[in-house]
Amino acid sequence: MAKTTYLDAIRQGLAEEMASDDRVYAIGEDIGLYGGAFKVTEGLLNRFGAERVIDTPVSETAIIGAAIGSAYLGMRPVAELQFIDFVACCFNILTNFAAKSRYRWGAGVPLVVRGPCGGGVSGGPFHSANPEAHFLHTPGLKIVEPSTAYDAKGLIKAAIRDDDPVLFLEHKLLYRRVQDEVPEEDYVVPLGQAVVRRPGDDVTIVTFGAMTHTALDAANQLAERDVAIEVIDLRTLSPLDYETILQSVAKTNKVIVLHEAQRTGGIGAEIAAAIAERGFEHLDAPPVRLASLDTPVPYSPALEAAFRPSVEQIVAAVEHLVEY
Amino acid sequence: MPTDVVMPQMGESIAEGTIVRWLRKVGDEVNRDEPLFEISTDKVDAEIPSPAAGVLTQVKVKEGETVPINSVVAVIGVRDTAAAEEPAPNPLPPSANVASAARVASPQPVKNPPTGPAAVRSGGSAEGGRVRSSPLVRRLAREHGIEVSQVTGSGLAGRVTKKDILAYIEHGPITALPTPVTATTKSPKPAPTFDADHATVAVPMTVMRQKIAEHMVASRRTSAHVHSIFEVDFSRVQRLRQAHNTLYEQSGAKLTLMPFIAKVVIDALRAMPIVNASVDGDQIVYKRDINLGIEVALDGGLVVPVIKNADEKNLLGLSRAIADLASRARAKQLGPAEVQEGTFTITNPGGLGAVFGLPIINQPQVAILGVGSLEKRPVVVNDAIAIRPIAYLTLGFDHRLIDGVVADQFVGHIKRGLEQFEAPIE
Repeated sequence: MAKTTYLDAIRQGLAEEMASDDRVYAIGEDIGLYGGAFKVTEGLLNRFGAERVIDTPVSETAIIGAAIGSAYLGMRPVAELQFIDFVACCFNILTNFAAKSRYRWGAGVPLVVRGPCGGGVSGGPFHSANPEAHFLHTPGLKIVEPSTAYDAKGLIKAAIRDDDPVLFLEHKLLYRRVQDEVPEEDYVVPLGQAVVRRPGDDVTIVTFGAMTHTALDAANQLAERDVAIEVIDLRTLSPLDYETILQSVAKTNKVIVLHEAQRTGGIGAEIAAAIAERGFEHLDAPPVRLASLDTPVPYSPALEAAFRPSVEQIVAAVEHLVEY
Repeated sequence: MPTDVVMPQMGESIAEGTIVRWLRKVGDEVNRDEPLFEISTDKVDAEIPSPAAGVLTQVKVKEGETVPINSVVAVIGVRDTAAAEEPAPNPLPPSANVASAARVASPQPVKNPPTGPAAVRSGGSAEGGRVRSSPLVRRLAREHGIEVSQVTGSGLAGRVTKKDILAYIEHGPITALPTPVTATTKSPKPAPTFDADHATVAVPMTVMRQKIAEHMVASRRTSAHVHSIFEVDFSRVQRLRQAHNTLYEQSGAKLTLMPFIAKVVIDALRAMPIVNASVDGDQIVYKRDINLGIEVALDGGLVVPVIKNADEKNLLGLSRAIADLASRARAKQLGPAEVQEGTFTITNPGGLGAVFGLPIINQPQVAILGVGSLEKRPVVVNDAIAIRPIAYLTLGFDHRLIDGVVADQFVGHIKRGLEQFEAPIE
């Protein structure tokens, strides 16, 4: 099987869903003629036409507003934001309208809002956000962030088929750096299921997105010292797969929650609290959070490297837990 | 004003200290300079006196915990205002005498740890002496009917870890120690007991043991150790001792061999400054002061108290200083300044009969003198065989700085000094 990049896998998944379901369409800035800021939608205009691959004015609120409206009328929009940072512009309509619709009058909003998140590429403070925590707090919104090409395709397809709004976070560091074997045939990766990327008995690292790869690098280093790390890739951030997390904690009894968004109020806080509540008697050490610093994402490469969690920090945190 | 009690700096290279034991508990009245807690550091174990008189209102660092120097470990409050400064979890009636009420409310004194299962504290108690564990360990203990306090902890600050309790469940107790409080911090070194199924037991090292291990290996790695051994005739020194000991005893001192050796070592160091030096990168650092360290063996370890400016003392002064430092070292009452800044060390492997030892240098010094056992031996004197009190002196030296010739001149100086001892005795 040929290797496919994370980016191509998303395009494949989107195209397959558009081909099999006429209600699915793409909308966003420069996604048609230009093929998208990162070229995720390249070629789709030619294949599906301008009615299903819609270039919009530069207004994130308009994109999501139009998408929600069309969803109410039976369409299944896939809206692209050039950088996920700008999802903040759509906060009101996503949280107050899209997410609450089913609860208010039973109307699902089968909307996917997708866009590049994350740092590590010197994108600076406006082009590097990891906004999951803002939306984790919103019942009715699902959040997904794949770490492999296989999952990227399987999850975008599952997100499009979901009858409720899904925020689909694509880590831009992985777009062309990650590639793996992606089947050409139809498959989905179900929402709400985490996966154990690497089994181990000593310490669990719960993470997702690009940090999955950082965690695996750290696990490789630690394996040389006979410390066995179990790496859990959440894949879906809301709803969280607590079963997989708690099973792992029950085995290793020590856990690090690792994410790239800032630490305070982050998803790590939620997961750590849940572990303490539900897995207290399995803990042999306090749950540890590793996250970025509580500042905007710095532009300077050196500062950004210091800002994001590193392999060294993970190794040090694991060493502390092993000793604890 | 409440007074903060800090972890003292017990040596220039010391970054942290471990609280071994609190001698007073929260609510106790303490006098200034009264021993408050025992610590264990890289260099010494010591009792630390209270910096102020008042009531111990807060203990911030538990037994077994290690904190950086100058960390606040406790707070001494003014008498009768303790409650206002540090409200107890269960507030006392406002009219109660705070100091005595707190004393009643406190758990048993640390020195009398409870030993029976009934006395073991329930989880969640934050009082001093609580055995550190984890929720998992407490659950496993509950499920297996084990008191966590019976398990020896190997985690940070003596914490009972999953590994510890699983080993306990599988193998049973690894020592016969039932004492919950002292087991993880300090024990009188009982012989390990083995059960039928296991040929080995593992017990955690004391802080002192760990530090000695660290320093010895570091020294071996740092210095190019060479040893040179000389035979020294102590006939003259023995005669002088016998002749003057009564006199010394009258002034409360005791004339042992060590002051004689110290005296000639000091003279030799003054004559050969290269031995009273250290290496700093590619620089030789000569030391103006002669600060003589003398190793004192302790139960489960050793310590090297230092006689500062030892060259300013006469034989009586040296003899008093040695006796004083040794006895206070054994009582763990050495102050921080008394184990620092040594420039040369004497060690005494002959105390238990070793003919000679090959001592490891006490970094950053460049040489160490080992004194072997003093015994009557047949030696050739003027082509006749004579019986003389003989001891072997070993100089361990750092060949980075000191060559064999220099070392032998140095020990030769000491040998001559002892065999023809001339310094004033009184």
